[in-house]
Amino acid sequence: MTFNGWVQIALFVAVVLLLTRPLGGYLDNVMAGRRTLLSPVLVPVERGFYRLAGIDPAEEQSWWVYARAMIVFHIAGFVLLYLLLRLQDLLPLNPQGMAAVLPDLAGNTAISFLTNTNWQNYGGESTMSYLSQMAGLAVQNFLSAATGIALAVALVRGFARAEAKGIGNFWADLVRITLYVLLPLCILLTVFFVWQGVPQNLGGYVEATTLEGARQKIAQGPVASQLSIKMLGTNGGGFFNANSAHPYENPTALSNLVQMLAIFAIGAALTNVFGRAVGDERQGWAILSAMGVLFLAGVFVAYWAEAGGNPLVAALGVDTTAGNMEGKEVRFGAPLSALFAVITTAASCGAVNAMHDSFMPLGGMIPLINILLGEVVIGGVGAGLYGMLLFAILAIFLAGLMVGRTPEYVGKKIEAREVKFTMLAILCLPLAILGFASVATVVPAGLAGPPNAGPHGFSEILYAFTSAAGNNGSAFAGLAGNTLFYNATLAVAMMVGRFAVIIPMLAVAGTLAAKRKAAASVGTFPTHGALFVGLLVGAVLIVGGLTFLPALALGPIAEHFALLAGTLF
Amino acid sequence: MLRHVRASVVILLLMTVILGLVYPLAMVGIAGAAFPGQSAGSLIEKDGKVVGSSLIGQSFTADTYFHGRPSATGDGPYNGASSGGSNLAPTSRALIERVREDAGKLGKGVPVDLVTTSGSGLDPHVSPAAASWQIARVAKARNMSDTELQRLVAQHTDGRAFGLLGEPRVNVLQLNLALDALAKR
Repeated sequence: MTFNGWVQIALFVAVVLLLTRPLGGYLDNVMAGRRTLLSPVLVPVERGFYRLAGIDPAEEQSWWVYARAMIVFHIAGFVLLYLLLRLQDLLPLNPQGMAAVLPDLAGNTAISFLTNTNWQNYGGESTMSYLSQMAGLAVQNFLSAATGIALAVALVRGFARAEAKGIGNFWADLVRITLYVLLPLCILLTVFFVWQGVPQNLGGYVEATTLEGARQKIAQGPVASQLSIKMLGTNGGGFFNANSAHPYENPTALSNLVQMLAIFAIGAALTNVFGRAVGDERQGWAILSAMGVLFLAGVFVAYWAEAGGNPLVAALGVDTTAGNMEGKEVRFGAPLSALFAVITTAASCGAVNAMHDSFMPLGGMIPLINILLGEVVIGGVGAGLYGMLLFAILAIFLAGLMVGRTPEYVGKKIEAREVKFTMLAILCLPLAILGFASVATVVPAGLAGPPNAGPHGFSEILYAFTSAAGNNGSAFAGLAGNTLFYNATLAVAMMVGRFAVIIPMLAVAGTLAAKRKAAASVGTFPTHGALFVGLLVGAVLIVGGLTFLPALALGPIAEHFALLAGTLF
Repeated sequence: MLRHVRASVVILLLMTVILGLVYPLAMVGIAGAAFPGQSAGSLIEKDGKVVGSSLIGQSFTADTYFHGRPSATGDGPYNGASSGGSNLAPTSRALIERVREDAGKLGKGVPVDLVTTSGSGLDPHVSPAAASWQIARVAKARNMSDTELQRLVAQHTDGRAFGLLGEPRVNVLQLNLALDALAKR
């Protein structure tokens, strides 16, 4: 580890903290329907949407109506995306003449992009037409991100409101977030990324003649516009197979910094939205602090592991002072690759600027743990905040048990119904991950997936289902996932990970909104201090740790000790 | 329920037009006007022919050129239409055997980036140490002096952005183009 590496990490953290409050204020204004800088341009557009769609944006929806609207919207999105992928060979903007995507891959991909997972069982530049990328995948990148933010805001309203029937209007939330937040920021990001060298064109792939006289085909496309929303919406699905390791998709250290910031910006700002909504911004900072503790711990371990290099490579007389460089780009080196890996899995982004599959055993374990913990460290846009708030409910419930008092959180009594729904949402994730991973390690179709043998092969399977159920989308990418078995099981895991969390979460939002505000008393446990932060971090680690430690012991931990003993597979 | 269906379909179609067509196509226009070189892929032309992109590494095997890193792209190294890494585990026998063979050819103390594949397989850079490592070979093949090449490598070494971000690096294609230009003079 170098001083320079840590300065870069510190710079990133500082900029995220500086962005949190201003962006939180803007988001708060947008979600409350107040006037903003962009209102003069966007209000007419927004009204047009509502008129054509037959929506009254002021109509309050109960949690169940809100959930139904969201589900119907997902079904429509699935149908359109599936058709686009299946018919891409007949549609325009396909200069490379890409064939239609086969049914199981198209289904897996459609679910993957709808659920904000962006797991990719395909290589972008060898599978997708420009139209599929732009009008299919990128559109769902916007909409699944907007859905995530909408859901988080709905839960925040549950805490903020008292004796209310509704938790907001799904359609209005969706349209506002997309038009006022995601699209304007993406336009700025796109211009920036093109300046840094990311292509944005519709031309066919370029045929170059190299200096040694060989032919080199170089993929092109409208990369920058898709890259922007892929990061900002914590989607993570690469335009190219190599994702943000591809020099066209992440050309410089500066583009890399902005991509990392784009992943965390909205998720961090949402904690501030929460604080504002419950009338005490310290509540938001407490949540962000708990996230920060987990984040920095992850960065430390991953950076330490990657900077140390591979001792088996060093033993062959190679100078490994630069660290473990297999699967990494020279322009990023070990520190920025490790940092990016932690960020992308702490948030449920899943973009990668280095191949996690080739990380050191403990370095690769950190991304895995981040997703296993439920991606509550900043998390996916929206998904991180509602995930962390569910853990906050659990933490406050545990604290209540210890002192024998009805738990309260930001003025709301936490009772049996909320705790049951919270546990349901929290337990679905390990069920999907461990259930499918166990099946895949015994059936031949599952065992055919991992190219690496030994404990690392198990890690590859575990990572796949973790990433799918966690709606992350990053991979130990060696796994041959484009098979009927993996396309189908991963698709189910992605749906469980999305909807089995969202629906109980919305139920919690609904019951919380209906409750009266309880006045704080001397007996109320303060939830803006260090004690609560510690309790929250503890709850996340204990639930995650107890559930997944055995699986981690079989995968990365076993591989770590095998490595120390010099065992090869 | 029917209201939800109508709202879903209308919003989805409107969003597809705005986000899926208007936004990317407008960005193609704006980017093309503001940054024509970058938006077209940072292509390098020599004598009217495209010889590559300054952002995309290419395969070099001749002794007269500086070499890039090993590449694990699909269908052969440095395939610009099929990016990807080796995805080999640190405990993979295939990885260690490959490194053993490459390190054996390159010699003891070789910088790690010269014997490892990049994440994209298209890494256009090597570390300054990896470029220096090859100076003796290129100098011999080109009948040039070591100091001349040291100067050239130093000229083509990019530092960290703002002295802070990223890692120092050498763009192999641009270095080799400069090498050819030097030889022509």
